[in-house]
Amino acid sequence: MKKTELKTLNKNLIKSPTGIQGFDEITGGGLPKGRPTLVCGGAGCGKTLFGMEFLVRGAIQFNEPGVFMSFEETNEELTKNVASLGFDLEDLIKHKKIALDHVYIERSEIEETGEYDLEGLFIRLNYAIDSIGAKRVVLDTIESLFAGLPNQLILRAELRRLFRWLKDKGVTSIITGERGEETLTRQGLEEYVSDCVIMLDHRVTEQTSTRRLRVVKYRGSMHGTNEYPFLIDENGFSVLPVTSLGLEHIVSNERISSGITELDKMLEGKGYFRGSTVLVSGTAGVGKTSVAAHFAEAACKRGERVLFFCFEESPNQLMRNLRSIGIKLEPWMRKGLLQFQATRPTLYGLEMHLAVTHKAVNAFKPDIVILDPINTFVIGDKENEVKTMLMRIVDFLKAKQITALFTSLTSGESALENSDVGISSLIDTWLLLRDIELNGERNRGMYVLKSRGMANSNQIREFILTDHGVELRDVYVGASGVLTGSARVAQEALENAEVLTRKQDIERKKRELERKRKVLEAQIASLYADFESEESEAIKMIGTEQNMTKRLEQDKIEMAASRKSAIENSPTSKLKK
Amino acid sequence: MKEKKTKVKGSTTKLDLKTSEPGKEKYILRLYITGTTNRSVLALTNLKKICEEYLEGRYELEVIDLYQMPSLAKDEQIIAAPTLIKKLPLPFRRIIGDMSNVEKVLMGLDIKKVKDL
Repeated sequence: MKKTELKTLNKNLIKSPTGIQGFDEITGGGLPKGRPTLVCGGAGCGKTLFGMEFLVRGAIQFNEPGVFMSFEETNEELTKNVASLGFDLEDLIKHKKIALDHVYIERSEIEETGEYDLEGLFIRLNYAIDSIGAKRVVLDTIESLFAGLPNQLILRAELRRLFRWLKDKGVTSIITGERGEETLTRQGLEEYVSDCVIMLDHRVTEQTSTRRLRVVKYRGSMHGTNEYPFLIDENGFSVLPVTSLGLEHIVSNERISSGITELDKMLEGKGYFRGSTVLVSGTAGVGKTSVAAHFAEAACKRGERVLFFCFEESPNQLMRNLRSIGIKLEPWMRKGLLQFQATRPTLYGLEMHLAVTHKAVNAFKPDIVILDPINTFVIGDKENEVKTMLMRIVDFLKAKQITALFTSLTSGESALENSDVGISSLIDTWLLLRDIELNGERNRGMYVLKSRGMANSNQIREFILTDHGVELRDVYVGASGVLTGSARVAQEALENAEVLTRKQDIERKKRELERKRKVLEAQIASLYADFESEESEAIKMIGTEQNMTKRLEQDKIEMAASRKSAIENSPTSKLKK
Repeated sequence: MKEKKTKVKGSTTKLDLKTSEPGKEKYILRLYITGTTNRSVLALTNLKKICEEYLEGRYELEVIDLYQMPSLAKDEQIIAAPTLIKKLPLPFRRIIGDMSNVEKVLMGLDIKKVKDL
């Protein structure tokens, strides 16, 4: 299936897959079939291994037997050397899958006595090819001939003939060559092999070494032109085709919890997007790793696989420290859901880290990858390279739908948003943890700096590490600024007190009013009482008056009676008049 | 030229004795050629001439056509053609080319040195 896929990619040129991890991807299918390829590079860059892996994988995976003609190492040495990479050459030789031929040249044994050609070598090679029906040939390193045979004219003519012959023979061949001063190879082999040239390189910068591979030319085929880092380990060669990735990854709408409920609430109550890249940045000791650990634990609880790269702490130390905030990772590790990869960033170069990351991810197949922290990679002035590497990691993980969480340490002096090795553009969700120093206290605050594709909260939350994990609290934001910690508590107390006094005030006012009303009522009552008393007095006076009038009348009658009847009616008639 | 000449004489004890005597060692030579190319023919004629002149009666020459015996190319570590291998007397040596440079052939066969002495 793979073969047909590759063939459709390149209709014009048939390619021979190498089976080397990543290499076939950058060359669009492998080496040109039936043509010679030059692999050049300095000492110890992996030329021989490249050739050998091409043969071994060809024999095992593609059923194409191969001949390895070595001009340097003996068959025993070769067998032993590649055994360390898990290739059983002896077995392959026994099954006629691979033929080894060590060409031994000793200058002191040779005397040139006239014209000659290299027909002997041709016959040897031909014999070896025919004896196993080989489709692949490696000549390692043919330049040794130049040391053994003094006549360069003959040699060059014969080499040209050899490469032509290999083409006619229809075998896919690799010719290795030592790197020259100004030319690709010391003897200018690139003149003769012009179909495909691959350069291997082994560079040391800042005491760390990096292997790189570049396709210098590839006639009749598209190929990546970058330098690709590669790795040689117990499984052989692996090239990282990372930069050949496009921005075409599938996007998921699934949301996954961050492991911190309050944080999920800040992210629309749902958490991160699956397959997104999360960055947690902040100064030292703000709890970046704790956020990462929460995420890891939550993922494990969902039954997902987590790969945790720690570059600063050993897994044991990390787990011990996390226990103190109530996160227990050991059970998950025992269950095989969580795997730690602890390496010092200085152990090897950036590309190697990238390669190791790739390998680990491919092997463990995690749902979530955590890198803690990323900026330890920045040693010296390599920020740009770190950015490139992280971009590759991000792309790689995105293509695989793996959610990535990076932590990044920002130094206190520089602006918080700037110093994150310039990768902010790669990040989907960026959580910023920061110190808030106030009143002789240092407290942590957290906010969502950005979160693509969701309406995230814009608030700063106070970030508290408790013995049962991370807690987020609303911080006090008021006229006097953002308050956290005891200042927040004090402010809250103050506010509570204010509320209380206000309440008391109102109570007091109410009582006052009540009192006033009572006073008013009392006044009304007393006035009423006054009025009543006055009224009753008045009534009493009126009564007295009437009584008095009555008495007067009576008196008059009595007086008239006493004065007898003559003047009986006169006072009254007088009074009436 | 599918020629195979073998001239074997004497026992091993005799050989051992002779190797210790300079100038009288037994020569065991093998010439590897590639068919009937000009070079192959030339090398053979040149070599025969030299052997008859300098090593008469004490050499053993085997001519092998690599096209006929391709596996020998690997076993004998042949790269160039024609190649003459001097198996004995020691040191082991390969003399490559068409043997037209007699001086060099003699040097290769360690005859020149002997003559010089």
